Amino acid sequence: MELSLFANWFLAGLQTLLLIALAPLLLGWIRACKAMLHNHSPASLWQPYRDLRKFFRKEVVVADGASWLFRATPYIVLGTMILSAGVVPLVATDLPTAAIADVIVLTSFFALARFFSALAAMDTGTAFGGMGASREMMLSALAEPAMLMAVFTLSMTANTTNLSSTIEYLLQHGLVLRPSFIFAALGLMMVAIAETGRIPIDNPSTHLELTMVHEAMILEYSGRHLGLIEWAHQIKLMVYGVLIANLFIPWGIATTLTPEALGIGVLAIIGKLMILGVVLAIYETTLAKLRLFRAPDYLSFAFLLSLLGMLSHVILEVG
Amino acid sequence: MNFLLTHALEITLWLPFLGMFLLGIFGGSRGGALLNIGLSALSFASSVALAWGIYIHAIPNLSPQKWFYIDEFNVYLIVLTAFVGLNTAIFSRSYMSYEIAKGKLSQNQMRLYHAMYQGFMFAMLLALTTNNLGLLWVAMEAATLATVLLVSLYRTPESIEAAWKYFILCGVGIAQALFGTVLLYFAAEQVIPEHQEALLWNVLAAHSGELEPVVLSIAFVFLLVGYGTKVGLVPLHNWLPDAHSEGPTPMSAVLSGLLLNVALYALVRMKVLVDGSLHNHLAGHLMMGFGLLTFLVAALFLHRQRDIKRMYSYSSIEHMGLMTFAFGVSTAMSTFAALLHMAVHSLTKSAIFITVGHATHIAGSQQIDKMRGLILTQPSVGWGLLLGTAAIAGFPPFGVFMSEFLLISATMKQYPWLVVPLLLGLTIAFAGLFKHVQPMVFGEPPNGQKPVLANMLPVLLQLGLVLCLGLFLPNFLTDWFQRAADFLSHSTLWNELI
Amino acid sequence: MNIANLSHYEQAIFVLSALVLYTSFSMLAQSRLFNLINIFAWQGTLLGITAALVAFISNQPHLYISALLTLVLKAWLIPWMLRKQVMRLKLQREIETLATPTLTSLAGVGLVIFSYYIALPIKSLSNSITRNTISESLAIVLLAMLLIITRRQAVSQVVGFMAIENGLFFAALVSTYGMPMIVELGIAFDVLVAAVLFGVFFFEMRSSIDSLDVDQMNRLHEVDKR
Repeated sequence: MELSLFANWFLAGLQTLLLIALAPLLLGWIRACKAMLHNHSPASLWQPYRDLRKFFRKEVVVADGASWLFRATPYIVLGTMILSAGVVPLVATDLPTAAIADVIVLTSFFALARFFSALAAMDTGTAFGGMGASREMMLSALAEPAMLMAVFTLSMTANTTNLSSTIEYLLQHGLVLRPSFIFAALGLMMVAIAETGRIPIDNPSTHLELTMVHEAMILEYSGRHLGLIEWAHQIKLMVYGVLIANLFIPWGIATTLTPEALGIGVLAIIGKLMILGVVLAIYETTLAKLRLFRAPDYLSFAFLLSLLGMLSHVILEVG
Repeated sequence: MNFLLTHALEITLWLPFLGMFLLGIFGGSRGGALLNIGLSALSFASSVALAWGIYIHAIPNLSPQKWFYIDEFNVYLIVLTAFVGLNTAIFSRSYMSYEIAKGKLSQNQMRLYHAMYQGFMFAMLLALTTNNLGLLWVAMEAATLATVLLVSLYRTPESIEAAWKYFILCGVGIAQALFGTVLLYFAAEQVIPEHQEALLWNVLAAHSGELEPVVLSIAFVFLLVGYGTKVGLVPLHNWLPDAHSEGPTPMSAVLSGLLLNVALYALVRMKVLVDGSLHNHLAGHLMMGFGLLTFLVAALFLHRQRDIKRMYSYSSIEHMGLMTFAFGVSTAMSTFAALLHMAVHSLTKSAIFITVGHATHIAGSQQIDKMRGLILTQPSVGWGLLLGTAAIAGFPPFGVFMSEFLLISATMKQYPWLVVPLLLGLTIAFAGLFKHVQPMVFGEPPNGQKPVLANMLPVLLQLGLVLCLGLFLPNFLTDWFQRAADFLSHSTLWNELI
Repeated sequence: MNIANLSHYEQAIFVLSALVLYTSFSMLAQSRLFNLINIFAWQGTLLGITAALVAFISNQPHLYISALLTLVLKAWLIPWMLRKQVMRLKLQREIETLATPTLTSLAGVGLVIFSYYIALPIKSLSNSITRNTISESLAIVLLAMLLIITRRQAVSQVVGFMAIENGLFFAALVSTYGMPMIVELGIAFDVLVAAVLFGVFFFEMRSSIDSLDVDQMNRLHEVDKR
């Protein structure tokens, strides 16, 4: 069954919408898992949605000296996140958006969002904003090379930086035990944890001024603006999750656009993300937060893993 | 007699092995030292029988199961090792009884010492006789293990430090040699169908022309670093002066006289294979470079020493550098010189260490500043030290002069401009040695310095031999050296002389 | 040779060898003595499994013996001895301060690349399945040397020493499917004796300089300074 061009674009849009809509649910799932591991009774899975609804209803308070940058940033951040959500293959690879589904594009989207968040954090001129911004930039300067190195390891295997093509390549070859992928997967996971502001780099559930990174940046935001930024953050977490799930366990994703394949794709990604959520919850429960100036060690370890992945690819898998 | 001839190899080799266990039980008792001497003497006797067998009948060139291989190169080293081992055992009896009387060592430590002495001899002889290059490595490592506890025998902080350095540096170094051996095996496997035989020296030597040159050159670098650490090549020599100065003196004598030789022996064996495969002078040039560097650096360091045993161990490094250089030049004549130098250096250096052992007992210290007027207090020790130093510095008519003269002539032919640093280094070393030795021998003895009970017989024997070798070389020895030199340098001495 | 064309067993060898390399790196970064020994034991275990796997796919029964020997010696006996000595010396809680862990790791990466280039000509001559891992074995040897250089603690240096032996065993395994049996046995014997001797040393060191910090051993100089 051949679908028309319009239908393809429609599907791509639908996929993006699905990702955006599911993002708060993933966060809810992770929180629920964590709560259960801590022997708490979990909040409802829908709690993140309720929080967002609450934020959108509340009045926006803007600091006196804030410029347009401060107001525009939440929209820019959410916008870039939605774009990156459109780029990542969630349930199907063969969509029109696949043409721009490039890892370098994805990384630059993240960088753009981070750039504006940092600017906005400094815009109000409070101490916390500047502190959070500088911390965030320090961490990302270390995290980005590690992330790029990890995805380049995959790209070298598949000979492309395009995410969809990479996934298709991997699916064609079936199960191959590649040492480089183990390292790249671990490296990417560590980067994802650092970039999404989770333990052991940052603690999403506290506002302890000595240690917070991401929360310090958005401390001045309120109401709708805060809601937008929170949502963008949830999408980022989701994008990383999808990236890891679909790159390293690509099975299940739809390569053709038949309803059955798409249905399997949706189920597969939901299953993979659920597992990933459990893994993340366990990981966060077993670890304690690192002191801030230990974070570079953590990230350089992630970089080392990615580098080892690259090296094992060159040394072991070719030639 | 016939039995002794045919089983000389087994007796030479397994006697120290047996002795290790025997002395492990009885070594602490009064007769332990005598047992040590007796075992060493038997081992020496059978090594002579082995050499005799090789000279007369060429048995056993290759032992029945191909485990052992005796040729002109190692046969004289076996005799040398057993001989120096015997002499040092004789010396160690008087030296060690003095140490016990001073309360420096206990019965248990003596047991350990004697057992490890035989263990060390076994490892040396195994390394020399084995046909399997993997076992050669195992034996070299075992020699380190046997001596490391002896270096720390006195349990002083210094001796522990020295032993630790020795252990770690030599262990790490020799690991490189094993990697080189693995690469060698790798190359051999490609051309030798019977894999179990691919590390046997005689098989490898026969196939050396077919071995892959690239792999062998990489392997040689690792082997050079590995065995070079044990030879004491600069910059891997750090362990050597420490281990020599802090261990008991008989240990210094056998380390300098034997262990360094055997390590060089291993290196030269490897070089023959590499030369056979590469058909160029890569291995030779590497050895020349490291040898010359070692020689010059050690000669300079000689001047700055204040501990007599450290000074002589730098002299050992210097001479090992010279031999490595000589093997590196790889003409038949320089190889001949190197083989001769190996023999005379071992004899002289162990004789010197034996004398030094007595001298330190007389002075009660190893510090050069505190050793004065030995010739007045005890003429035999003073003369021994003087003559030994004269011999090692290359005075005629001692054998060292002969071998150095040969080496310089050989270098003159091949690399005339390298004669300059050689002569320079020899002069520097000569000056350094005599600067320190002259006041020790002739200076004013401190009040109350008394002679000790010294057994100078081994020194007399060894220095006498060195003198003889300087005056004339017996036919069978020239014959061996010449054939070994021809074989090791892939050329013939007579062609070069004509 | 593309990895995708190999059987899963052969791929598993590569994965295991990469993990062995990884253990070498984590030893470099590990500052707790006890964990260091545990990682060393893991390295031995991985090596033993690799040897068994190589024995299986290359049909070399004698490698099973090597595998067993490695498992017993490197994965169990030597780590056990080290742990016991650490307990007796009361060093369980010992944490070494690593001066520059990141720089050390990067130097380690440099060594991996270096050994890759060294091993290239060897790799091109080999036709064994495991030829790609020859450079890794050299890297393990060099990384263990780096470990010895960067550590000041005697026990850590010994772990590095033993890790060198691991690398050498690995080298022999992957380049030539193991050395002749007699040589392997000899090496194993040497390693065992070395482990015992090191144990003796720890106590001698403790009783003479009251510490296992090798920096405390600074009495001997190249040139006497007094």
